[in-house]
Amino acid sequence: MTAVLQPGATPGPDTHAAAVEDRVSVASNWTLVWWRFRKHKLAMISLGLLLALYTLVLCPDFFSTQHPETTEARQAFIPVQGLHIFDGWSIDPWVPAIVGKRNAETLRMEWRTDAEKKVRVGFFMPGPAYKFLGLIPSTLHLIGPRDASQRIFLLGSDRLGRDQWSRIMHGTQTSMTIGLVAVTLSVILGIVLGGISGYFGGWIDQFIQRLIELLQSVPTIPVWLALSAALPRDWTPIQVFFAITVILSLIGWTTLAREVRGHFLALREEDFVLAAELAGCSRARIIMRHMVPTFLSHIIATSSLAIPAMIINETSLSFLGLGIRPPAISWGVLLQEAQNIQTLALAPWLLIPGLLVIVAVLAFNLVGDGLRDASDPYSK
Amino acid sequence: MTATAAPTTAANTTATPTMATSAKPLLSVRGLQKFFPITDGGFFRKTIGQVRAVDDVSFDVVEGETLGLVGESGCGKTTTSRCILRAMEPTAGRIEFRRKDDTIVDLATLTREQLRPLRAEIQMIFQDPFGSLNPRMTLFDNVGEPLLVNGMKNRAERMDRVAELLKLVGLRAEFMHRFPHAFSGGQRQRIGIARALSTNPRLVVADEPVSALDVSVQAQVLNLLLELQQRLGLTFLFVAHDLSVVRHLSDRVAVMYVGQIVELAVTHTLFTRPLHPYTAALMRAVPVPDPRVAIGEVTLKGEVPSPANPPKGCYFHPRCAFAQDRCRQEAPALREPVPGHFVRCHFAEQLDLATQAAG
Amino acid sequence: MTAMVKQIATEPLLSVRDLHVDFGLDEGLVRAVDGVSFDVMPGRVLGIVGESGCGKSVTMRAILQLVDEPGRITRGEIVYRRDAGDGLGSAGVDLTKLPRHGAAMRAIRGAEIALIPQEPMAAFSPVHTVGAQIVEAIRLHHRQWRPEGGGLSVNDARDIVVDLFRDVGISMPEQRVDAYSWQLSGGLRQRAMIAMALSCKPRLLVADEPTTAIDVTTQAQVLALLRELQRKHGTAIIFITHDLGVIAQMANDVVVMYLGRVVEQGPVDGIFHAAKHPYTRALLRSIPSISGATRVALPTISGTLPHPFNRPGGCPYHPRCDEKIGTVCASHVPHLTQLGNGQAASCFLHQDASETA
Repeated sequence: MTAVLQPGATPGPDTHAAAVEDRVSVASNWTLVWWRFRKHKLAMISLGLLLALYTLVLCPDFFSTQHPETTEARQAFIPVQGLHIFDGWSIDPWVPAIVGKRNAETLRMEWRTDAEKKVRVGFFMPGPAYKFLGLIPSTLHLIGPRDASQRIFLLGSDRLGRDQWSRIMHGTQTSMTIGLVAVTLSVILGIVLGGISGYFGGWIDQFIQRLIELLQSVPTIPVWLALSAALPRDWTPIQVFFAITVILSLIGWTTLAREVRGHFLALREEDFVLAAELAGCSRARIIMRHMVPTFLSHIIATSSLAIPAMIINETSLSFLGLGIRPPAISWGVLLQEAQNIQTLALAPWLLIPGLLVIVAVLAFNLVGDGLRDASDPYSK
Repeated sequence: MTATAAPTTAANTTATPTMATSAKPLLSVRGLQKFFPITDGGFFRKTIGQVRAVDDVSFDVVEGETLGLVGESGCGKTTTSRCILRAMEPTAGRIEFRRKDDTIVDLATLTREQLRPLRAEIQMIFQDPFGSLNPRMTLFDNVGEPLLVNGMKNRAERMDRVAELLKLVGLRAEFMHRFPHAFSGGQRQRIGIARALSTNPRLVVADEPVSALDVSVQAQVLNLLLELQQRLGLTFLFVAHDLSVVRHLSDRVAVMYVGQIVELAVTHTLFTRPLHPYTAALMRAVPVPDPRVAIGEVTLKGEVPSPANPPKGCYFHPRCAFAQDRCRQEAPALREPVPGHFVRCHFAEQLDLATQAAG
Repeated sequence: MTAMVKQIATEPLLSVRDLHVDFGLDEGLVRAVDGVSFDVMPGRVLGIVGESGCGKSVTMRAILQLVDEPGRITRGEIVYRRDAGDGLGSAGVDLTKLPRHGAAMRAIRGAEIALIPQEPMAAFSPVHTVGAQIVEAIRLHHRQWRPEGGGLSVNDARDIVVDLFRDVGISMPEQRVDAYSWQLSGGLRQRAMIAMALSCKPRLLVADEPTTAIDVTTQAQVLALLRELQRKHGTAIIFITHDLGVIAQMANDVVVMYLGRVVEQGPVDGIFHAAKHPYTRALLRSIPSISGATRVALPTISGTLPHPFNRPGGCPYHPRCDEKIGTVCASHVPHLTQLGNGQAASCFLHQDASETA
């Protein structure tokens, strides 16, 4: 038990120590978890990052500069333009203009940025129309060129001249959502099946445990391949998206179920659970009021560690062309663009989505680690 | 002393411990058995033996008294108490409980759902003050939980009752919004007692309620239990391993050894004139907090036998200084050689076991 | 054993002087041990008694140099007088100055000062036989058995273990040597633990609540065994417990601790029959006895143990004390004062406040 949780003495005079003690006395479990989590600097930074990423998820259109599907063959493989906030000493955002010249030998357009020619950009500029949160029509964008006829490519463009910045915004939405939704489904499956297994025991426990063993012994990648290959080609991107999510979570719940079962088994022996039983609580009440809240913080920690695996799985599937399929956009779909060595040599900026995958996965892992350490505030 | 009808399963010589008063017993345990199967490690979990954790235990608890249940670890005292609370399924036997309306129910035969309305009448005080309170709930929720599930839906009413209960156990009512982590072991034990008393139970099973506490706190909690019993007329089944604590709190004491009651008598009689050699040896083993009292000779050699494989005849004979051939062959029944004093020994009348604890 | 005879009885084997152990936690500093001094005389049993949080276990760990982070010995010394036989002379060694994991400390810990832990199940590894673990300890400290030098073969060491097992009353020692700790009952395991502690012929045994986890009849056996071994080998013992009954039956001298400080010390008879400190008196009154009146209120110590971050000023016991004197106890810290007959108490009832102010 940490010192912060030491039993209090008889409340003394109105001193600072006594005030702190009172604050601790009435601190709920979640407050204590938060106090502990706050101490992990890396986890806090990561949490900030994840919150930023999920802000993108809410409305990628607002953050993008163009429609992600606008193609312009003449503007393929434009390099990263780079946003400048200051012009001289005044705040006047701009991006360098792109000048292109056809190489006489390779007949390929060669682009370079020209800092002499400045394309003025502004914040909260009107641009392509979209619906905010899918409901409110809007044309407002976080960044946009002042001259609406100009196109800007903050992170360059791909082989079809699509703006990578805008595509990343939309890809983030898909990938981060898939991770979250797939893990949520896994958690529901895991808690229900693991709970049944751990609370009731007996043959049903045996059955679920054998099922988990069976599922865990199946090699995952071939199964995904088979399942995703079985998805009808004529499904809409949304349907495919949900199908992939379900496929990911159908396989991902087993570890969580085992953990939940372990918690249930351990908790069944706890005195306070027996006390609830002796108080006359119904089974449902014992589970929902006394058992689940006890390990919920552990489950959340474990889930946040499971999300990055889901993101990687989705990325891998889509990269192989078996997951999310164009025209839907995800990080994996974006990385498909960087599949051959020639593109990499010509347009290394197409690897930026990979960087995002790494950042997101790291952030989830750090937050998960922090949560796991903080999830049992009553232990040492 | 009137021995009530003996359980049909036991031999006709078996006496049934009850108290001399005319009061009807609140709880009558008859021929209680709890066996745990020993399984092999195989896939089908074949049963290859049985641990006879509780083996033919019978006793009565009269309203308003404290019955102490004492013995070493593995003697079955905790299993007995868990069976009475129906936290465990007894293998056999009857657990007759007299309800408020004087009807008698056999707790051993009730289903989970049938038991729920009875829970309020039988409550428990736990050993571990840290594990017995839900750390995620405030004192109000912890202590108020039995009230809520037993029908007191009104929050304000519950608050009043919890405040009253906290004051009853010597805590301030304002503490009800705090969480258990803000309290010391002794304070938590008081909270646990408040919770156990919240539904006005008629029987309180206290399982080692002071053994996890420091000496000075232990005295406070013992005093609280005594005071509450006098004020509220509680009936206690007090399970403990510490003889001096059991002696201090109990009206009558039952001594258990390898799943059986070997002796049961009024506290003073048991501690001054024990009839069973095990009881006498147990008392002699307690270190007296006085360096001038000569150290008793260690009379009890060897170890407690395993309840999975108890010895033939009297379970105590391998360690007994007075063992005869009869003890090795024939298992003694619980007899009543002196009115109100029950003992499971063939030679109880012949042995002179009076202890120095007389006084 | 001749070791006892050679010792000059007046010279303590171990002297703890003004020992301070602090735990620097995020929330503040905990003074777990706050100026503790006592002596352990050769061939005698010193009982340290106190409630949880009194610092008795931390003191024990400090003696063995086993204080874990974030704990730190901040002041004081622990002087151990080594055996004159090893060429180093009988000069005292300050254990607090020795590197915690250094060769010198390792030569003392386990060999000259041995520990009997509270939980014998945790002290033995479950994957090696009990015998193998003791054999390893013996061979590690082979000088204790072969002072002239030269190693000790596994077979020789094993023979020693069998003899030790016989000494501590383990029946069928030849078979039990090859048992795993989980195959032994609680009593046997504690006996094996004692055999392990004795395996290197220690001059000082530190017993940390050795009978708390076992039953009363087994406890009686283990205590009898310890008394017998102590008589036979003349080993000094520090016996740490919260059980006043065990202390009364085991100790020659007693140290009573409260909140990291020694409140009273002296010969066992004086502590139990003429206690000077109000805390000792209150503690003795509050235990239910096997022969006193039953079902009556026990005298208690009022209040609760203070929070370790909120140590009361002045005498640490004054907020709970029935006999506190005016403002003196709240403002001044009493010091351990000799009161004759080897008894000392740290209380203003027996000491003039002006001396210590």
